[in-house]
Amino acid sequence: MSAVAARFADGRLHLQHGPIDLIVEAFGAAEEVERAYAQAIDRFGDILPALVGELIVLRRPIGEAYPLLQGPVARRMAEAVWPHRTRYITPMAAVAGAVADEMLQALVRGRRLDKAYVNDGGDIAIHVTPGQSLRAGIFAQALDGVALLTHERPVRGIATSGWGGRSFSLGVADSVTVLAATSASADAAATMIANEVNADHPAIERRPARALDPDSDLHELPVTVAVGDLPPGTVDAALDRGLAAARRLRLCGLIDSAALSLRGHWRIESGGTPLALSEAG
Amino acid sequence: MSDDISLSESERSAGIVRCDACPVLCRIRPGRAGACDRYANENGALVRVDPLVLLAKPDLARVAFVEGSDAWHGELGKGEGAFVTGIGATTTYPDYKPAPFIVSSKQDGVDMVTVVTEGIFSYCGVKVKIDTDRYLGPEQAAVRVKGEAVGHVTTAEYGSQMLSLGGVHHLTGGSKKEGVVTCDTLLALCNREAVELTIDGGSTVVVQADKPPVVNGALEERMRVGCGSAAIGMFAPQWKDHVDEVIVVDDHITGVLSEHQGGVFLDMKPAGIRVRGRRSTPGRYFQVAEPGLGWGGTNVSDPLEIIEKIDPKQAWPGLKLLMVSTTGEHAAWFTLDEQLKPRPAEMPAPVRHVVERIAENCEPALCTVLFMAGAGGSLRAGVTENPVRLTRSVRDTLTKVTLGGVPAYIWPGGGITLMVDVARMPEKSFGYVPTPALVAPIEFTLRADDYAALGGYASRAVTLEDVIARHKVRIE
Repeated sequence: MSAVAARFADGRLHLQHGPIDLIVEAFGAAEEVERAYAQAIDRFGDILPALVGELIVLRRPIGEAYPLLQGPVARRMAEAVWPHRTRYITPMAAVAGAVADEMLQALVRGRRLDKAYVNDGGDIAIHVTPGQSLRAGIFAQALDGVALLTHERPVRGIATSGWGGRSFSLGVADSVTVLAATSASADAAATMIANEVNADHPAIERRPARALDPDSDLHELPVTVAVGDLPPGTVDAALDRGLAAARRLRLCGLIDSAALSLRGHWRIESGGTPLALSEAG
Repeated sequence: MSDDISLSESERSAGIVRCDACPVLCRIRPGRAGACDRYANENGALVRVDPLVLLAKPDLARVAFVEGSDAWHGELGKGEGAFVTGIGATTTYPDYKPAPFIVSSKQDGVDMVTVVTEGIFSYCGVKVKIDTDRYLGPEQAAVRVKGEAVGHVTTAEYGSQMLSLGGVHHLTGGSKKEGVVTCDTLLALCNREAVELTIDGGSTVVVQADKPPVVNGALEERMRVGCGSAAIGMFAPQWKDHVDEVIVVDDHITGVLSEHQGGVFLDMKPAGIRVRGRRSTPGRYFQVAEPGLGWGGTNVSDPLEIIEKIDPKQAWPGLKLLMVSTTGEHAAWFTLDEQLKPRPAEMPAPVRHVVERIAENCEPALCTVLFMAGAGGSLRAGVTENPVRLTRSVRDTLTKVTLGGVPAYIWPGGGITLMVDVARMPEKSFGYVPTPALVAPIEFTLRADDYAALGGYASRAVTLEDVIARHKVRIE
């Protein structure tokens, strides 16, 4: 199928091409918003073909050498995953976030908007001007948390990873939500932290990634396919491992905050952005 | 992106399928979905998780239903009156295995079998009829989209211009870009989207199935009532008592009332006004001007330009002259002064009335898009073990061929070459593969015993109830 653009009844823009599914919303004067949407639509058609053209390199693990890539989205991916190269990672760990960042840039370039976001299946790039704010909800089981994003905070990207999503995870986290400077860096970091929320327990079923998806960039690494009952001690230990990884990344300046969940238990690593757990959880 | 999308022997034996729905070309293991979650491998078959489309009854007007709605209308599920379309059925390309659905539903008490599939048509294109007399471009001129040749101008029909777009030579016979642009163009036209076409040495026209054409930015609202001569024939008696001469300006045949058989019959006096161009028969003139976007599909904006001379031996001062185009869109009223020069004057009400009647008799101008394709060997193999028998069965009209539930016209002669009006098909019936080629739903319906006789996979037949139970279904 070729790229498709559609408008929701409430005016939001929906862009879809193959596995890329974006919800785009801009706030501001109607005319500026429409021009912004037109810019986004114009940029979108080339995103997937350009990525596919470099897919072979993008699926390779990052090694000693910085990957040579041409496309702007591909370069965003490489930049986002490069700091994590001491562990197994490929640029694909940041694909959704990088697409969101690229599309946000196309959306806002030259436009006067109050705020805007591009949501790529939960990996969100945001634009917010002084005095404006965006609220992002974190749904794990219900509305479990809310992040308030303002101009003053150094957060322009949100990403969530977990074993139940569309991408594979080496860990058992139900969700790891990361706030970072870009959506691509949030995406890469969320992937890495979610991999660390892990335990060795018979209730956790794993399969080699390529046994599930012959094209997976994770090759023969064991990815989580089912998580049975885990004793409380195991849940705590897994979350604490993830929390340590999140702290390490925050202290390296790679992320602003992270919220980790497993079986209704939470850990928060916060750099100061108001990130409150709601009681409703 | 690699052009080689074939799977290795070990991949095939592992039940992996290659999805070619988008450029990612996922390899999908059994029971799993591709990266988009829209296509999945179900027991070795690539299935679209999009819903299958059912028509409540094939030959009745369709009722639109909201996709994903739980509100079921009609009496579906009882095995009567419903018709499974190929939309969402998924392809089986290359078709070495039976088509996805062979549905046995009873119709008029006869066991009918409908073999439902989506065919991949490498040999396909559209024939576009554009209701306009405006000049679109010379015959054989290339029709372009984004600079790529996607087809050509063929001929003119009565009141319409004809284009042939797509076809195997543009899809796969030219450059890769030409093929891709052609495929995109066909897909958009077949799914009833608007496409801007640029014709070499001619016009730019926006074409959308079942919508009026837009020629060089101007919306074409009406077809001409007929050529200039036909307009004279139709309206001569109504003009008779109010005019001395009528010239109906038309790019094809311009009519002159007093010389025309219609005027002679009414005993009209020769008016001595000679128009330019080549006289065909009395009162009928070819090529009074160049083709264009002015009066009656000519390049004329001042109608007096087509008057070659006014003969003082026949014309007289005070002569009343109407000039009108074949759509009634343009009209002007003149009287000859003492020097026999035409002077514009206010048109009398009875004459105005007839001009308006010309306009009223012009039908709404539309673009019509006929999908035309050949159902090739492998597609037929998905229906029967002996493909030629399917062809013969279609020839003998034992097998009915429909696309998305719409009966197809089968071109006589060999093979199964079909045509269907895309405007009658359900929305979003068409897809594509990167070959490039279009994917269209196609259904073969025949009696169960005939199906068995032509070597069909009768044992694979499922009931309509099973299809409804096992698949996501969208009803139209």
